[in-house]
Amino acid sequence: MGLLSRKVTCNSHGQDSSYFLGWQEYEKNPYDEVKNPKGIIQMGLAENQLSFDILESWLAKNPEAASFKRDGQSIFKELALFQDYHGLPAFKKALVDFMAEIRGNKVTFDTNNIVLTAGATSANETLMFCLAEKGDAFLLPTPYYPGFDRDLKWRTGAEIVPIVCTSSNGFKITESALEEAYQEAQKRKLRVKGVLVTNPSNPLGTTMSRNELDILVNFITDKEIHLISDEIYSGTVFSSPAFISIMEVLKDRKLENDSQVWERVHVVYSLSKDLGLPGFRVGAIYSNDPIVVAAATKMSSFGLVSSQTQFLLSAMLSDKKFTKEYLSKNHKRLQKRQNKLVSGLEKAGISCLESNAGLFCWVDMRHLLSSNTFEAEMELWKRIVYEVKLNISPGSSCHCTEPGWFRVCFANMSEDTLKLALKRLKSFVGSITINNQSHQELKNTRKKNRNNWVFRLSFQSFHDREQEER
Amino acid sequence: MLSSKASCNSHGQDSSYFLGWQVYEKNPFDEVENPAEIIQMGLAENQLSFDLVESWLRKNPDAMGLKNKDGESVFRDLALFQDYHGMPAFKNELVEYMAKIRGNKVKFDPKNLVLAAGATSANETLIFCLADPGEAILLPTPYYPGFDRDLRWRTGVEIVPIHCSSSNGFRISMHALEEAYERARKLDLKVKGVLITNPSNPLGTTMTKDELQNLITFAIDKNIHLISDEVFSGTVFDSPCFISIIEAAIDSNLKRNTDVLSRIHIVYSLSKDLGLPGFRVGMIYSNNQTVVAAATKMSSFGLVSSQTQYLLTCMLANKKFTSKYMKENQKRLKRRKELLVSGLKKSGINCLKSNAGLFCWVDMRHLLSSNTFEAETDLWKKILCEVGLNISPGSSCHCSEPGWFRVCFANMNQPTLEVALRRIKDFVERSRFNCQQNMGGFSRRLLSNWVRKLSSADHREEQER
Repeated sequence: MGLLSRKVTCNSHGQDSSYFLGWQEYEKNPYDEVKNPKGIIQMGLAENQLSFDILESWLAKNPEAASFKRDGQSIFKELALFQDYHGLPAFKKALVDFMAEIRGNKVTFDTNNIVLTAGATSANETLMFCLAEKGDAFLLPTPYYPGFDRDLKWRTGAEIVPIVCTSSNGFKITESALEEAYQEAQKRKLRVKGVLVTNPSNPLGTTMSRNELDILVNFITDKEIHLISDEIYSGTVFSSPAFISIMEVLKDRKLENDSQVWERVHVVYSLSKDLGLPGFRVGAIYSNDPIVVAAATKMSSFGLVSSQTQFLLSAMLSDKKFTKEYLSKNHKRLQKRQNKLVSGLEKAGISCLESNAGLFCWVDMRHLLSSNTFEAEMELWKRIVYEVKLNISPGSSCHCTEPGWFRVCFANMSEDTLKLALKRLKSFVGSITINNQSHQELKNTRKKNRNNWVFRLSFQSFHDREQEER
Repeated sequence: MLSSKASCNSHGQDSSYFLGWQVYEKNPFDEVENPAEIIQMGLAENQLSFDLVESWLRKNPDAMGLKNKDGESVFRDLALFQDYHGMPAFKNELVEYMAKIRGNKVKFDPKNLVLAAGATSANETLIFCLADPGEAILLPTPYYPGFDRDLRWRTGVEIVPIHCSSSNGFRISMHALEEAYERARKLDLKVKGVLITNPSNPLGTTMTKDELQNLITFAIDKNIHLISDEVFSGTVFDSPCFISIIEAAIDSNLKRNTDVLSRIHIVYSLSKDLGLPGFRVGMIYSNNQTVVAAATKMSSFGLVSSQTQYLLTCMLANKKFTSKYMKENQKRLKRRKELLVSGLKKSGINCLKSNAGLFCWVDMRHLLSSNTFEAETDLWKKILCEVGLNISPGSSCHCSEPGWFRVCFANMNQPTLEVALRRIKDFVERSRFNCQQNMGGFSRRLLSNWVRKLSSADHREEQER
């Protein structure tokens, strides 16, 4: 009847995707060490729960920050009234300094160019509202974060055209993939406004190489389009190669004075991933284009950060001793935990894309598929959710073009829970192997080949795939 | 290269409402530091009752320190809580608080409540749910200048004004509704709903039962939505008492027609009565499950900080506090409003009779050099730059009659308000004196007639209330 808007009745909120459905199944039967030890373990949520103790310790030593006090004086009234969309100056200063620290201080950020938003979800949508509209498209490398379908397209009317990346080169972005995506957009009669990359990548967990970043800069220069670099995982880089920010590349290529390119590069950040504070809704847009900054600032009215939260975090991030300690310890813990997952999966004959960042691994389960199809991937995923009782994210929900890849999170549970998850997975893989073997036995009655056959299967699947991807 | 949204100006922020604010920012009044400068009377904030909130905070440090009743830290849970369904305990408290504001004459179901980062976010989200680009919403004038941005900018939806006038105290008549609908039709705009602010900003009045009935009848007849922005519902300080749209809909036996109840939506926020605009707490209430579901997903773009949800859950759970706060706050608002109204009266300036809000709708038509918006702008500039008061001209609120101004009274302390009133008095006397000077050879008798005629215009005002 048209009583509600088309946005409500369509489903481009994208929330019918399996990414969200797995989440729902978990909600119905969540694992709990004591209360529900047979429940589903959540491994589909990219949260960082490894370093709360460091935050809690800081809070305990600095009670004023949470109590609306500064130097013993109550500033409650001032904060209660503070709704300036330019943001709390002290918080913006602390935030840009923190962002610079994450980048090894190889770049600095200007507080006049940063816009605060209620989380990166809000930042990305706002940036899209500023740069694109119906009939326009942004190119995104696959696989990508499922939430982008909603965040970038739903209310803005903009389209996403995928830049297809494959396991043949570790899912890296190539010039030809960029060109192909651009052509595809032209075919669909869409005007390409820019490229959006997530660096470090979700779901890959890898940082972009300098070569990839150079290719991107060349591409956007040539096509005269924007580049959005969603760097929300920049604080989760735990091993080499070191993180290279897009800003660093522009600086190194002396593009600061080339306003054409300089003003078309925008960065998105948030405190949800490295600091582990998704509930506090702190995101930011950083742009070198003053018009974008001005428009985004006004739009931030629709998603300002609570002044109570701005004040608390400005105190925390201004404490340089704390930020140094946090970044260092957090990285160590993430690395240790990722190693646990990777080696545990190896023992089950499953390999991962080599990664140095993020809160998840990009896991290769192609050898466990009954056929090289997305139907088989769905079958496998359902079995893993319902039988193995692990919620992981199937590659198809991330728009991956090759079936069989899954994103598995490692930082949102205790070490014991991870161990249990790995144990369950190992038995599952073992049982598939045995089933396949029984099936085989019907065709081949020679018992003494059994052990050889099983040994060969697990060794081969691990060994061959490994060599292709790395 | 940018979107049309970024390069156009339907963010509406070139309006005088925002420009006056900017001039104030350059030269703000401070009793001690800057006593000669501009007094901010264009900001609808409630600064009268912070002491009550601060006293509660002092007695409940755990709520700020993110600890529960047993002194255990809930930091971890809060840090991770980003569920767009909102904190259940918080929503429970909010619906109880909203019911309390309405004298418990209506009950709200927390499942129908969607949290948003302020009413700004709530209003925009609701429009995204109810209308498509190119469609229209009817709004009674005068209305809050921010609506031009909040309802239209990114949604692409149009606003068509329902003209209200001083001839009947700016009340919404059936005739005005029909006329607006017809105007929209002629502009080829499909009307999806009516949005009212009740209590009204900038009028400071609550809607009568008749007005609400007219609106409901109109919404049924045209099969459209009714959004009631009730952000000022907690600031009703005088009779007549506040009647919520839902109460009116239920009262008029239209409950049987469940259709219309599914098209009535309420917006609320803690920015006005509780005086916490910085905390960004807004909400949508709807009986329409499809709207609730869509708005919930959209709230991802503006969730309320879990740190703030937790603090306010604790505060609103204290029923002794909320009762005391509501009562005391309303008393102070009433007293402060009366100070403004009587002060203005001494200067020969009348206000629309009001019983709510943080401002008065002030009649300065008699101070205009001519009955035009140019004259209104001249007067506004004079008041801003010569008198040193930032007040909001009616034209920025889309009022169709020149000469009305919105003057806020709750965002400053009493001495500051008294300074402002003194300045107005001086200004009005100066204007009269200047008129007198300019009259040159006129006899005294004629002069007093002129002055008498001017004041009788004030009497006309009294009839209109």
